[in-house]
Amino acid sequence: MSNSTLQCDVAIVGGGIVGTSAALALRKLGKTVILLERDLCGSRSSGVNYGGVRRQGRSLIQLPLAQRAHAIWEKLSDLLGSACEYTRSGHLKIARSEADLASLIVYKEKSEPFGLGLKIYSGTQLREFYPWLSERVVGGSLCAEDGHANPRLVSPAFANAAIHAGAQIMERTQVIEISNSNGLFTLTTSTDQVIEAPILLNCAGAWASFVAEKFNEPVPMVSAHPTMAVTEPMPAFMSLSLGVEGGGIYARQAFRGNCVIGGSRGFALDELRARPSREAIQLVLARSVELLPQLKHASIIRTWSGTEGYLPDHEPVIGPSRTTPGLFHGFGFAGSGFQIGPAVGEVLAELATLGKTSTPIDEFSISRFPSVLSSITTTPGDLP
Amino acid sequence: MTKLIKPVIVGAGPAGIRAAQTLVAHGLRPTVIDESVKWGGQIYRQQPGNFSRTAKQIYGFEAGRADAVLTAMRSLLPQVDYRPNTLVWNAEGGQLDLLNDGQTSVIDFTDIIIATGATDRILPFKGWTLPGVFSLGGAQVALKFQGCAIGKKVVFAGTGPLLYLVAFQYAKAGANVVAILDSSRLSLQVKALPALLNQPVVLAKGMYYVAWLKAQGIAIHNDASPMQASGAHGVEKLIWRNSQGDHTLDCDAIATGYGLRSESQLADILDCKFVFVNSDNAWMPQKDQVGRSTEAHVYLAGDGSGIQGADAAEWAGELAGLALIEDRHIESKANHSLRVRQLTHQLQKRQAFGYGLNTAFQDPKSWARQTTDDVVICRCEEITAGDIRTSVQATGAQDLNRLKAMCRVGMGRCQGRMCGPAATEILADCTQQSVQLVGRLRGQAPIKPIPFVQSPATNANGANTKAAA
Repeated sequence: MSNSTLQCDVAIVGGGIVGTSAALALRKLGKTVILLERDLCGSRSSGVNYGGVRRQGRSLIQLPLAQRAHAIWEKLSDLLGSACEYTRSGHLKIARSEADLASLIVYKEKSEPFGLGLKIYSGTQLREFYPWLSERVVGGSLCAEDGHANPRLVSPAFANAAIHAGAQIMERTQVIEISNSNGLFTLTTSTDQVIEAPILLNCAGAWASFVAEKFNEPVPMVSAHPTMAVTEPMPAFMSLSLGVEGGGIYARQAFRGNCVIGGSRGFALDELRARPSREAIQLVLARSVELLPQLKHASIIRTWSGTEGYLPDHEPVIGPSRTTPGLFHGFGFAGSGFQIGPAVGEVLAELATLGKTSTPIDEFSISRFPSVLSSITTTPGDLP
Repeated sequence: MTKLIKPVIVGAGPAGIRAAQTLVAHGLRPTVIDESVKWGGQIYRQQPGNFSRTAKQIYGFEAGRADAVLTAMRSLLPQVDYRPNTLVWNAEGGQLDLLNDGQTSVIDFTDIIIATGATDRILPFKGWTLPGVFSLGGAQVALKFQGCAIGKKVVFAGTGPLLYLVAFQYAKAGANVVAILDSSRLSLQVKALPALLNQPVVLAKGMYYVAWLKAQGIAIHNDASPMQASGAHGVEKLIWRNSQGDHTLDCDAIATGYGLRSESQLADILDCKFVFVNSDNAWMPQKDQVGRSTEAHVYLAGDGSGIQGADAAEWAGELAGLALIEDRHIESKANHSLRVRQLTHQLQKRQAFGYGLNTAFQDPKSWARQTTDDVVICRCEEITAGDIRTSVQATGAQDLNRLKAMCRVGMGRCQGRMCGPAATEILADCTQQSVQLVGRLRGQAPIKPIPFVQSPATNANGANTKAAA
């Protein structure tokens, strides 16, 4: 292949939900865009996550972004030409003890100003509405407008919409060199292409720290790997997406009838691939039957994992680089970037074109970490 | 030294049994894990204990072979840890995950010989999901195992040696074989003769089946494809096509298959590298001449890593065993290298025969192109050829895993084990790519479904209590 140089207003590294939605938003703002994806758009965590589209349970500082995303999800069909199985099924966060229920009540009160519309119910009430819940459920907090979607479809649909809007998306194209001089970023790819752009968006997910390091701002990010499993299709019984206060498991029933369940941790096979561990699979199966007796006679037909980036405070990095003008980051979503991803894409597009955004993101600045990382350790902990 | 080695053989067909025999002969005590109730694999499947047909009645010409393999295993039983009825559903960190009688357990291994065999390769046609349509292998199992036929008036449609063998076995057993529809052309079978002469005995048997079937007045049509099975509650009719046009047959059962496909998921989970093998027209775990995979102490033998048939499986099983002995520096027999050379040579000759089979037995011409949009490809997820084509159009999917993510083909209970080859062909056709470029479905645990509720997992070797002696 010839060593051609392509120019654009904004180059994006990473074709996950953040990168692809940023590409689409940038086209709507009239910018030329080239997005580089090592594999296929949405083939990593954006495509293999649980599929929860949930605001409930997020840290309060994420809620303005989550609300912005909520409005995007509402119009997903118009935006992408496909609903991608998005449904506002409601998200129930389950308490298995009075103490857990108390924490849910505290969260409800604190999040009130953001307008999530949470409602607290007792176990008895919940079993009346949802007879498929087990006696283990002491109570719960319901967010009626949260829901779930098919993650395998969403990022590719954002990518396709971006392409239709005029973005250039190069899949199976790895960035092998990246530099900045005189305000211009130069990216060299595995396909021997050179891309030049004054603005660079780092949306490389669990691998974004490599890009940050290139510009002398290392981040204390570690990778973690969820354990996911799915049943064969079952008659529809569970309308809600479920989470559990204190972590443990999460579960939903997909459009086709399969129950998708997740929790615990898997392990990395290598830098790119991860798998659920056998202990985790057993644990997730046991915990889900405990909450959902219906699953007692079901079978698991497939398990999988992915690679997710975690920072010490489990908050993402969103915003401008502190070393390199023109570089903006959007990564490190600690296993819960799917719902807010499209809003982060829009925010990055605004930053790239206007230099500012209407959504508060200061708390996510990369500057919250010291420039020398030796003293910091990051642990992913259990899942939300 | 041999005390520290914990060899596991997965599959107790001809490859697994010969591998076990080889290891035992060298002082090892392998664990032999098999999904079936009794050893023998699909080819030498044994009848239930209370049945009393003779080997000749069940296995025909292969009775001698069957007897030798089955007897070999019977005499090995005291010297192996035999675990029938047991599925290996996952592997991680030097351990295999097992499922037996609804209970999961874990077993350690240091060395593994994968002899997982094959299933039928299915190319769907309209109505193939009706009751009464079976795979060729399934039809054969019904006969061998239970002594029953899949119907009273049976059509055999597909291609490959199994097509004629099973039709022959059915006719011999007294079933009404309505017709044999072979997608391959006669001219190709003639063209393949020189290569097929590499295994003259096998060829002679094949020709005998055909001659015998013809002598019984059974119609054999070449260049013929099944188009549509129909009926109210099960198969009543089959429309088939050849160059002269469409024809209709009355029947109550159809056995179909276009060769075999390897059960290679365990090799995949063990991270063996795969290569595209032209003679199988499929991605296969890579192996050297003696069956070493790309992973240390992981060996491949038999139809689970490339289709070569039962005799070759025996040789490959023994070879894999000998390779393990060599790699572990266990004292070998005086004739070790001679035996390796002999077996390798036999396998090479079998390979040349395989090329002949590939020439002689070919898929229906442009099967993918001819398959109409309404034909169900993935029966688990009810995905039609049209769904695949629409998805390719809409999403630009170019490879099989992407297609699966986009339209659910291969995403159901069988995880693409049945529909994989057909989906590959359709995707290759509508993206104008080779089957090789389309790729292969990645293997993910569990290899077959596992239940939610199991007894608590036993610790590393707790499952030993279940060992048969």
